[in-house]
Amino acid sequence: MSEPSVSPEVMDRVLRTLAETQKIPLDRVTPSATFEQLGIDSLDGINILFALENEFDINIPDESARLVRDVRQLAEGVQKLLAQKTEPVP
Amino acid sequence: MTRRVAVTGIGCLSALGNSAEAFWTACRTGRSGIGPLESVETTGVRFTNGAQARNFQPADHFDDKQLVPLDRFAAFAIVAARQALAQSGLSLTAAQKSRAAIVTGSCYGGKVSEDAGFSSLYRDNQPRVHPMTIPRLMANAGASALTLELGWQGPVWTVSTACSSASHAIGQAYWLVRHGLSDVALAGGSEAPFTYGSLKAWEALRVVSPDTCRPFSLGRAGMILGEGAGMLVLEPLDHARARGASILAEIAGFAMGADAHHITQPSADGAARTIRQALEDAELPPSAIGVVNAHGTGTLVNDATESSALHAVFGPHLDKLLVSATKSLHGHALGASGALEAIACILGLHHQAAIPTAHFLEPDPDCRVPLCRQFQPWEHEAAISNSFAFGGLNAVLAFRRAS
Repeated sequence: MSEPSVSPEVMDRVLRTLAETQKIPLDRVTPSATFEQLGIDSLDGINILFALENEFDINIPDESARLVRDVRQLAEGVQKLLAQKTEPVP
Repeated sequence: MTRRVAVTGIGCLSALGNSAEAFWTACRTGRSGIGPLESVETTGVRFTNGAQARNFQPADHFDDKQLVPLDRFAAFAIVAARQALAQSGLSLTAAQKSRAAIVTGSCYGGKVSEDAGFSSLYRDNQPRVHPMTIPRLMANAGASALTLELGWQGPVWTVSTACSSASHAIGQAYWLVRHGLSDVALAGGSEAPFTYGSLKAWEALRVVSPDTCRPFSLGRAGMILGEGAGMLVLEPLDHARARGASILAEIAGFAMGADAHHITQPSADGAARTIRQALEDAELPPSAIGVVNAHGTGTLVNDATESSALHAVFGPHLDKLLVSATKSLHGHALGASGALEAIACILGLHHQAAIPTAHFLEPDPDCRVPLCRQFQPWEHEAAISNSFAFGGLNAVLAFRRAS
């Protein structure tokens, strides 16, 4: 199953949230950057998830969060959760 | 002056029941106390299981007046201490009481009372909180209440080092008795962490399992919170023998140290260093150890790191001992967990048996340790209990079979 493509608006908000939480310049945070390149460790990771949950008003499950390794995967995950949020509850 | 130190009484309350006998029965049968949380709201929390001391009602143990200043965590400490003292058969003179020590551990203090008081202020717009809020929430509430009940006047204090609290408390009480500062000590820890705010805080840290605690197993998904208390009575071995007391085990050594590495990530080097120091303090070679009660939280990182540390310390001998991770049975009772695990070691030595680790699925190549998975008779002369707290604060206790 292919991941949903990320809208420019969502990508922009993810990049800003990442830069702000990680205290790094926005131009360093690119969609192709890995967490390793950005110096994001596990503790940074949970702070970023918390910031994204607040930014987008979503709940990010532990299992899917654990597999994310780079910025694009992170943005795709956010996009997917946003799509689920707008779907009517069965 | 250095003296050998005996454990002559134990008391405990946990998800495994409200006595040391119930604790041992659950250990023997491998019955885990983990289940759906009942006493606390879990709506909107990603996990709903915990290890609760289900049948513990403070009102069964205290009159109405006594209950006023007591949080659940302090009630746990007092009842466990009563059990331990009763088993020891000790009766202290006034002179002995003036030097008798109490050292307790708690990560949180009276969180249930604090949460209730503050939510009434912040959420319900109440203008005031209960006047006993401060006496209930202070982390030393259990230790202080015990001095009132027992009249003990020696060194009394409380250690708060997250998940290592009780092990640090027992280790420091052991030093007091070993070096002649006190002739009797009560030591252990208690914790009552089940409040909605506390569950949400643990949820945010993303270390709690959505189902259960599977230490050292492939497919483990985190820790399970627990509650309860464990308390030990310590006295010089010579004194215990002279009064004909039943000696459950000896505390043979203790070490504590800091990783100086990371606020939540453990360090294999730090863990290995503290285990080695505890063995040196106990004058035990690694080959003398028959059981390791692991910190074994069931988180991805802890169990892999602890496995590395055990390999570094024990080398080929690791295959000749058994590792028990009893948090799979009684949950992670935070500031009480070191005391519950010390009691598991003491009972294991006393009964010459090894305690199973529950909920194991399949081996993880990152956790190659000889995990005890079924209760079994197991001859061993010594055991260690590991506690590795968030913040990198490690405590390791070494126990020797009573001779």
